[in-house]
Amino acid sequence: MKKIEAIIQPFKLEEVKEALKAIGVDGMTVTEVRGHGRQKGHKEVYRGREYQVDLLPKVKLELVVSDGRKDEVVKAVVQSARTGKIGDGKIFIYNVEESIRIRNDERGDSAL
Amino acid sequence: MKLRQFFLAALCCALLPAQTPDPDAMKAAIQAAQSAGDNAWMLVSAALVLMMTGPGLALFYGGLVRRKNVLNIMVQSFAMQAVITVLWAVIGYSLAFGEACPYMGGFQYIFLNGVGTAPNGDYAATIPQLTFMVYQMMFAIITPALITGAYAERVKFTAMLLFSVLWTLIVYIPLAHMIWGKGGLLNAYLGGKIPVFDFAGGTVVHISSGVSALVCALYLGKRVGYPDQTRPHSLVLCFIGACMLWVGWFGFNAGSALAASGLASSAFVNTHLASATGAIGWAVAEWYRNGRPSVLGIVSGSVAGLATITQSSGFVQPQAAMLIGLTAGIVCYYMVAKVKDKFGYDDSLDAFGVHGVGGTMGCLFTGVFATNKINDALKVNGVPAPLGWVDGNSGQIFNQAIGAAIGIGLAIVGTYLILKLCDILVGLRVEQHQEISGLDVSLHGEEGYNLES
Repeated sequence: MKKIEAIIQPFKLEEVKEALKAIGVDGMTVTEVRGHGRQKGHKEVYRGREYQVDLLPKVKLELVVSDGRKDEVVKAVVQSARTGKIGDGKIFIYNVEESIRIRNDERGDSAL
Repeated sequence: MKLRQFFLAALCCALLPAQTPDPDAMKAAIQAAQSAGDNAWMLVSAALVLMMTGPGLALFYGGLVRRKNVLNIMVQSFAMQAVITVLWAVIGYSLAFGEACPYMGGFQYIFLNGVGTAPNGDYAATIPQLTFMVYQMMFAIITPALITGAYAERVKFTAMLLFSVLWTLIVYIPLAHMIWGKGGLLNAYLGGKIPVFDFAGGTVVHISSGVSALVCALYLGKRVGYPDQTRPHSLVLCFIGACMLWVGWFGFNAGSALAASGLASSAFVNTHLASATGAIGWAVAEWYRNGRPSVLGIVSGSVAGLATITQSSGFVQPQAAMLIGLTAGIVCYYMVAKVKDKFGYDDSLDAFGVHGVGGTMGCLFTGVFATNKINDALKVNGVPAPLGWVDGNSGQIFNQAIGAAIGIGLAIVGTYLILKLCDILVGLRVEQHQEISGLDVSLHGEEGYNLES
């Protein structure tokens, strides 16, 4: 099993969700986060005073899929979240040791 | 048909007095109607001025602080509505508008003794003195509330309360008496030695609060995290507050005619024009300097225009009002955006840059543009006296400068002494850990936004 963690532009969330739904991904966890990579925030000016805003709002999407589905899911996220501009975000992939459905103690791929 | 005409005629005879109306009774009826009209307008004006403090200023300032301090700054304005109200009823009104010496009123109206529905002819002959008293009360409330912008996000609540009460007694009331009180030193109409024209409180309210704000900012020092971590938390609140200030200011300035008169219309229009051109002035200056106009800049410009027109709102022609507002927008922008940074003081919400600077400019502008074409209340030998430079009385600019200087001097000395006293008695600044965790939690045990609940 793999955990796919994608940090994307907030306004891209709906498109990414649709793309994942289209390939049959059922579950995901979404968190509103703040951060920056190379985009390095922007400047805001209040009454002539400049403020450097480093941490920009982003959305973090976490989903765990079976090993075989990894590439397909990553492709769907990349295609739907991409604008081609700086600030589109990143995807990180982790190995997952175990998954457990709390309701009935099911384990492994069938718990996803 | 005949029958109906007969009944109509009979009805008219029954309703109308048989004899021709008595001219005295007619005169009394007209006066009563005028008095009712004036009173209605003045009660609405008083409510409008209160609206400037409660929601208006509280929202304007509330949006400019960080979200951990939003409740604290808002309740400071609200606290003025409670505390200064009582102070004004107990002694404030008497000391400001009673008669004693050129610098301070007497005790004849203490606990509102003798303040009833009968008019006080010295101040406003067509409205109950109670109306005049409560209208002036609203001015006394908003003035110390304006200062809270200077020490926002770092002052103790006890210190703020004590400071505001002492400041009202030592700075506001003497100044109000000198300029508006009977026998006051600077009262142009009621026996003052140096005639200063202050229609709606440019000197009494804006110079006094603005200059005191600067003294507070310098005395208290900067906020923790200033300047990099003090970004305003909600310009939406700020925007709503500014809109309420604009509307409320009609009560402030047009109400200062103390009657529903042509002069009130004149002040109303001047107020509106100066607010509009103030917004334009600030926006254009900022557009030119930064390449884009900011929302905070546009609404701040309107407040600057309003603060600056206050003193002359009932004395100048509409064209002058537009010029005054435009100048205010541009100059206040440079004061706030450039000069403040140069000197490095933390006037958190720019009470000095907008009210102090705008008020002082407005005081001098009054000396230039005041004209008896708009306000002919001041008469010499029954003829309207020349008011400002445009009427040929260039010396009035000098009188206005003396008025401003007295206001500035009293504000500096009075505020410094009061701060010193408060510092000794209760301490001014909160502990650093309280300031970092925010005054809402540390002083009030509440939070403005509990988004999880």
